[in-house]
Amino acid sequence: MISRLRQPWTDRQATWRLGAVACLVLLLITLMVVFVTIRAWPTLRANGWVSWLGSGGSVDDQLGEMIKTGQDPPEAAYHLRAWPLIYGTLVTTGVAVVVGLVFSVFSAIFIVEFAPARVRAVVVPAVRLLAAVPSVIYGLIGILVLAPFVGNHLISPERKASVQNVVQLDGTGVLVAVVVLTVMIVPIMIAIIVDALRAIPSAWTEGAAALGANRWEAIWTVSVRAARPAIVAAAVLACARALGEAVALSMVSGSRGFSPNPVDGITYIFEPLRPLAASMVENIDAMNAPAVKSSIYAFALLLLLSSLALSIGGYIAKLPMRRQGLRV
Amino acid sequence: MAATVGAPPPLPPVHPPEPLRPAPRGDSLRSWKWSHRLAFATCWACGLALCAVTAAIVVYMGVRGLQYLNFELLFSRPQPGLAQHTTGGILDPVIGTIVLTLIGIALAVPLAVAAAIWVVEYGRPAPLARAIESGIEVVAGTPDIVIAIFGLAIFQLPLFAPLSFTASGGGVFGRSFLAAGSMMSLIALPLVFGATREALMSIPAATREASWALGKTKICTIREILLPQIRRPIGTGAVLGMGRIVGDTAVVVVLLGATLQIERQGDVPILGDLRGTGSTLTSYVFNASPAGEGNAPQKAYAAAFVLLLIVLFLNFAVDVAGRRKEAGRA
Repeated sequence: MISRLRQPWTDRQATWRLGAVACLVLLLITLMVVFVTIRAWPTLRANGWVSWLGSGGSVDDQLGEMIKTGQDPPEAAYHLRAWPLIYGTLVTTGVAVVVGLVFSVFSAIFIVEFAPARVRAVVVPAVRLLAAVPSVIYGLIGILVLAPFVGNHLISPERKASVQNVVQLDGTGVLVAVVVLTVMIVPIMIAIIVDALRAIPSAWTEGAAALGANRWEAIWTVSVRAARPAIVAAAVLACARALGEAVALSMVSGSRGFSPNPVDGITYIFEPLRPLAASMVENIDAMNAPAVKSSIYAFALLLLLSSLALSIGGYIAKLPMRRQGLRV
Repeated sequence: MAATVGAPPPLPPVHPPEPLRPAPRGDSLRSWKWSHRLAFATCWACGLALCAVTAAIVVYMGVRGLQYLNFELLFSRPQPGLAQHTTGGILDPVIGTIVLTLIGIALAVPLAVAAAIWVVEYGRPAPLARAIESGIEVVAGTPDIVIAIFGLAIFQLPLFAPLSFTASGGGVFGRSFLAAGSMMSLIALPLVFGATREALMSIPAATREASWALGKTKICTIREILLPQIRRPIGTGAVLGMGRIVGDTAVVVVLLGATLQIERQGDVPILGDLRGTGSTLTSYVFNASPAGEGNAPQKAYAAAFVLLLIVLFLNFAVDVAGRRKEAGRA
């Protein structure tokens, strides 16, 4: 067998063999969707396709109940209302992407337009390094440095006392989660926006300068404007990354299936929550119970479909720039 | 060309092309409106803040790491224990990280290179090639926790039982170095694929045509002419992929079991270890942090420092390779 492979291939053989390897990727994706759906099926069937996304009761209690239901649970045991987890995902992702986007646009302009070569020689490696730092290190810094700081200095004892019957405020929560998540996704967005800004032909900004625009006006009204599709794409791809971030967020989000309530005012930003991906990691040990297992696969299906949609969204967002012949 | 849907975004080049976009002549900051000056200041502030955050993370981790790391910690096996001084060292996680990375990259490189060659050099029917490119970008955009949980579904099938940790009663856990490594290869795959594809596309068509004109077949051209030329970009992609594997936690927690020590499955020395469970530095940090059950922050800092060093080293290697290539071109 191996000696046959070692013989020089004909082109026809090469096409088939390499093509088969390449098609393996498509097979894997299909398998991924199929397997996750099959495993999630009991939960979807018991709760309905959409209504398990809704709110109702405490999701942590529901998952806790599922563990007790044994190896052959009745359909009622699959009862799940996952809204607090979905809400946690939406809040952390949304805020982090909005904050990160503003920061990234200005940073990218700085890198492409303003930074002197020497400063740039520091900033660009710094961004690469931020992108390379493993998420668990961000989580560690979040839980050992940021959370104690927030818990000891920013949350007053009165504030802790005011909600102590509902939640414990120990520093981990919305604020720290958003800060950590923002630092994690900013390098991704900067990389995409920098590429797009660099792809803008100098002639375009020179044209603006010739019309009397100063440098900032040329950047803001021509470069950034033309790179707008890439900025949208950056936001979309960063969303995909933020949705799937499991470990760091499980460390710093407070890890409670709780929906922080905006009515609480400032207290809101200190309240704990837990996104979907973090819930999956934390319940992995309870997977012996079929009901929990099926619920985890339902979360996975939701994440898989959203990241799929976001991938397609990012592609569509970039189309206008490609149409202008810019390579992004 | 180069549709990059969901692909890991291209990192900014190591050495940005030198001509900065020059400022128009006669345009001084003094003539700007105050709002434009404010925007200018914001840009500088953001750029400097980035450097400050990076420096803070690296310096803090460095100080903590040097404070708690020592040779004994690095070369002794972790032990179960309640107090920090009884929990042993981080030898097993370090070995686990190295083994897992090697398995992952060894699976990812041949797959990715073969797929990239087919897509660029053959690519007929064209829609199939496009579908495969998009497919790889979808894989790149899939959260690692979803890939991990998919791996669990696969490796719990009775068919794959010999590859993973099996309970005495016959229950298949689907957790082993082989299972985790094969799913890790999916995480590195898009990076290697992207690097190979870009490199292949940057080779001028004339190179291939010259080879065909001499009577070489397509596959022979690929093997003898193209592949030797793109060895370095493939290496860069592979190193970036290794960086991703080293830093991934979710796959380890789900598919490797994140057990304290490397636990052999069966009696065969090497094969048994590969079928057994273990941990890596990432899962060790996760479990030793207050979020896990260990609650040994000093050990977590030390392990995180080693992890950061590995990642920095891999990045540095890519940097040096890029610099050499530029020097070679000049």
